[in-house]
Amino acid sequence: MQIYLPIAQMPVDPIVVLAMGALVGLLSGLLGIGGGFLMTPLLIFIGIPPAVAVATQSNQLVAASVSGVLAHWRRRNVDFKLGIVMLLGGAIGSIIGVALFAQLKALGQIDLVISLTYVLFLGAVAALMMIDNFKVLVLHRNMPMRRRLHEHNALHRLPLRMRFPRSRLYISALLPLMIGFVGGLMVAIMGIGGGFILVPAMIYLLGMPIGLVAGTSLFQIIFTTGITTFLQAVTTHAVDVVLAAVLIVGGVIGAQVGTKLSHLLKPEYSRLAHALIVLIVALKLAFDLFTMPDNLFSVITPGGQ
Amino acid sequence: MNSRAVRLVVLILALATVAGRVGAQTLTADLSSHVIGITTGFVGADLVLFGTTDRPGDIIVIVRGPPTDLTVRRKEKILGVWINGSSAVFHDAPSFYAVAASHPLVDIASQESMNRYGIGLENVKLQPSRPIPEPRLTEFRAALLSNQEKIDLYRRGVAPVTFLGEHLFRADMSFPANVPTGSYSVEVVLMSGGDVVSAQTTPLIVSRIGFSNGVFVVAHRHAVFYGLGALTFAIAAGWAAGAVFRRV
Repeated sequence: MQIYLPIAQMPVDPIVVLAMGALVGLLSGLLGIGGGFLMTPLLIFIGIPPAVAVATQSNQLVAASVSGVLAHWRRRNVDFKLGIVMLLGGAIGSIIGVALFAQLKALGQIDLVISLTYVLFLGAVAALMMIDNFKVLVLHRNMPMRRRLHEHNALHRLPLRMRFPRSRLYISALLPLMIGFVGGLMVAIMGIGGGFILVPAMIYLLGMPIGLVAGTSLFQIIFTTGITTFLQAVTTHAVDVVLAAVLIVGGVIGAQVGTKLSHLLKPEYSRLAHALIVLIVALKLAFDLFTMPDNLFSVITPGGQ
Repeated sequence: MNSRAVRLVVLILALATVAGRVGAQTLTADLSSHVIGITTGFVGADLVLFGTTDRPGDIIVIVRGPPTDLTVRRKEKILGVWINGSSAVFHDAPSFYAVAASHPLVDIASQESMNRYGIGLENVKLQPSRPIPEPRLTEFRAALLSNQEKIDLYRRGVAPVTFLGEHLFRADMSFPANVPTGSYSVEVVLMSGGDVVSAQTTPLIVSRIGFSNGVFVVAHRHAVFYGLGALTFAIAAGWAAGAVFRRV
């Protein structure tokens, strides 16, 4: 069976797309990751034009982060005040990101920028995670424990200090604003929520209580992905709702099953699996950048395909 | 007998009568349908072209998609990384191209007429928007042809045109699922002694219809509404999923 995607202007097998959505959803539920960094390359692999893949992916992430944030909200694990400051930065980031995306697309370098940012961010994150895992699994050392509630660093003393009672922080508002800004840029350019950058940044740079990190980052991802979806729909017209609907159905089912199964997996192993997946995606993209492509030429129609 | 077959028979009879009565008309041809509708279940389309001729000769059918600007980009190695380098824009290139003929092209058409009428993939008219020096032009042209061929939008192979008796001919034409939308021209030419002696052009429209057209039109003409709709749907789906699975 095939369905015709009205915006991507090509037919796809909905079973394949549903399975992809479910697989990525399962991994994201199981390992507690967003999964956008897997979905965008998979969509491009089955022939969806990169512009449509990135724009549609942001639409799917809205659904995924709404369903994710509900669970955290029930457990009161969302710092709304900090989240709102982050999303102000995120909104600016996604507005600039969408404009940058359109500009790079016109220059013919959007694919390069997508690949390069993936390789850089994923590579760095994978390396850090592997080092942590190596310490825990091989050297049998425990994850670093916090000595105090949180440690102040020089960044916290930037101007515009603000109190965040839920996180028990008194830090410069510029810091969460900047982290949100980077997150917003990533949604627009890479089609991912950016959780794998936001979460470590919130733990290590802000010194937030770990329990609040996942819920708060998901809370702001709803808005950055939402703003990006809207801007992509208005400027590039590349959001394919038919594709998004199939991905959403597969994704939410997979994510819920993954969450239910996640207690079966020891946290060390789930972190190791996460690091390995990130590393494999980064290596594959790096390999493609540095090896000579089979076909040196590409043909682009005015529609952008 | 389905309605399509009935229409074909009527078409053949009509063509046979017209050809018999009008002496001056040496070539008449028509398609089984002038519209290809792209629906949500679209997997490509097959059309039949029927025609008659009262003069001996061979038939060539050339199908061209709506003209469009095609940009060809070449990847170049810069600092060890393969990135898009030089590019060329071909103005008014056909977005789809296919040929059918009653005999191999080289046997029935001279090189001159193939050039002039753009018969055969190597002779497709491709005009660069800015002058490009050789040998780059040849290289970019060849790349455009082979890339379009890979996605089945240009066809190198020549489909058969078969004569049913002396005057009546037919050609089966297939269009892939990724066929571009717009107005096509289906050109039928009668060849004799290597030259074109008669020609006729029939229009063909490829357009999205039904749901898939609705989505496309809303996405482009009512983008704000479309974006808000996509968001509302995603929020509702996420909310519903969270609520449903909470009880499982």
